[in-house]
Amino acid sequence: MTLLSVREVSKRFGGLQAVDNVSFDVATGSIKALIGPNGAGKTTLFNMISGFTGSDRGEILFGGEAVQGLPSWQIASRGMVRTFQHIRLFPKMTVLENIMVGRHVHSRAGFIAGMLHLPFTWKEERGIRAKSLEIMDLLGIADSAGTEATSLAYGQQRVVELARALACEPRLLLLDEPAAGLNMRETNEMGGLIARIRDMGVTVLLVEHDMSLVMKISDEIVVLSYGQKIAEDRPLAIQKNPEVIRVYLGDDQ
Amino acid sequence: MKTRHFPVLAFAGLIVGIQLLTHFTDSGYHLTQLTMTAYYSLVIVGLCMLIGYAGQISLGHAGFFAIGGYLSALLTTHDLTSLQGSAFVSLLSKSGLLVARTDLYGGHLLNVHPWCACVVAILATVAIAYLVGGPVLKLRGHYLAMATLGFGVIVYRIALGSELLGSADGISDVPGFPLLPGVFITGKSSLRVQNYYVAWGLVVLGMVILLNLVRSRVGRALASIHGAEDAAEAMGIPTARYKLNIFVLSAVFASLAGVLLTHYNGGIGPSEASVMKSVRYVAIVAIGGMANLWGALSMSLVLNYLSLRGYFGTYDDAVFGAILILIMLFAPEGLLRRHLMVDLKRLFSRDAAEGEAP
Repeated sequence: MTLLSVREVSKRFGGLQAVDNVSFDVATGSIKALIGPNGAGKTTLFNMISGFTGSDRGEILFGGEAVQGLPSWQIASRGMVRTFQHIRLFPKMTVLENIMVGRHVHSRAGFIAGMLHLPFTWKEERGIRAKSLEIMDLLGIADSAGTEATSLAYGQQRVVELARALACEPRLLLLDEPAAGLNMRETNEMGGLIARIRDMGVTVLLVEHDMSLVMKISDEIVVLSYGQKIAEDRPLAIQKNPEVIRVYLGDDQ
Repeated sequence: MKTRHFPVLAFAGLIVGIQLLTHFTDSGYHLTQLTMTAYYSLVIVGLCMLIGYAGQISLGHAGFFAIGGYLSALLTTHDLTSLQGSAFVSLLSKSGLLVARTDLYGGHLLNVHPWCACVVAILATVAIAYLVGGPVLKLRGHYLAMATLGFGVIVYRIALGSELLGSADGISDVPGFPLLPGVFITGKSSLRVQNYYVAWGLVVLGMVILLNLVRSRVGRALASIHGAEDAAEAMGIPTARYKLNIFVLSAVFASLAGVLLTHYNGGIGPSEASVMKSVRYVAIVAIGGMANLWGALSMSLVLNYLSLRGYFGTYDDAVFGAILILIMLFAPEGLLRRHLMVDLKRLFSRDAAEGEAP
């Protein structure tokens, strides 16, 4: 079954055709990777899918519904949640508080209820806290619950960001270079984590530069070059694809 | 639960303590300035939510204070006797929304009831705050500061230039405010103690409400917007709506303070709408430590009191300008911040110099 369907999507920035008529599908329960040389349009495409950038043309269907043009918070509340290439944790908040923000779309206490500390919010708050702690346990960061999130080591911050996204209980998780800045051991752990998340039933779409990670965990790979899709296949086939080899290694090879 | 209420109780104790002190030292006249301080503190704590927690600056909150104060003053002093024949006024009269009273010279006046005026003033503030905040809160940083400053200047010029609002003289002879049966907000010295407690009681109530909000789901969402707006949006938080709501809430705090202080003082003048008042509010929030309601409140108590007692003399505005500059330069996290004790210890320990890591 298809969870996300990108259909003939294009985006131009001035004279640059950043994304040119790209189409692909992401099947429910799979890990799909988006790769390509620098400037291939991966991040632009990612921003369009998550609603951070508008698209010029084309359709983006999530769970069968068109989501292009929706504000990003609405896309998130429908179950498509993204992380950022440059970690965007909330400073001056603890790890637990950061992850509790991830429960936002699954709770409803508004301004009035909050100001009056209405009884229904007590139970809701307990639920938010319990679920957040459960996710921290799952990812092995329960020890740092009370630590200020931005004071953690870089690799740990990546895991917190992942936990925060998981707290939204997304159907589709969009990971923007989840291994950026990680060392080899951390990259391996991140790969294991992403595979586990997929096994929990969360579909994953990721942009990544680390080829060993991509090849190891992806079910399918889309290759972009100069804004166009040049290949879409399983990892082994992508490695042998002459067109992919050409854009990565140059014509001489 | 205990830790949640302890600071509130401690603060209430302080308020009672101050009153007892003035009682036993026979200096009850201090309570007048302390009561005014309470109303200004309402503006400060509301603004602290907006600036400190949600991370949105406003240099126009004196404008909202003035909208509340002026509207209430106008409605409760403008004589409707000549309009008594009109259908609208007689309808108001029959609904009990008007009151008849006599002015200083014994003439008859027909005015809007203070409660009705207050409701109108707050509703008008909400409407104006939504109208102004909608477009303005799309701006960030300096641009937001300048746009709200512009709003403040407009309100000031309207207050200063409008005949109806008394131009440079403002509006006087504003009646007291019947808050509850037997509880009157008025400057009469016989009700000084009562008014002191009413005013600070309202501040404590406001604090409880805001502290609740800070610790709620909405409070977390606001803090997340402050920290990383794009990430908050990616977590499904409608950031624009949240920023607008907290802007309106802080405007209502300012407006309500304006209404009540105007009834307490018996009038309002254009200086309440001046930009320097807005700067003063921001300066107090800053020295209190931005995201620190208790810090803002205690700084408001001290500085407003000193200012109202005239300790700063003709340099009143300059003092607050200087505070803002000094805080931004040397203690951008305010005087009363979380690590204050740690920093003080470091200051007095021998390796103070090495401790000054950038």
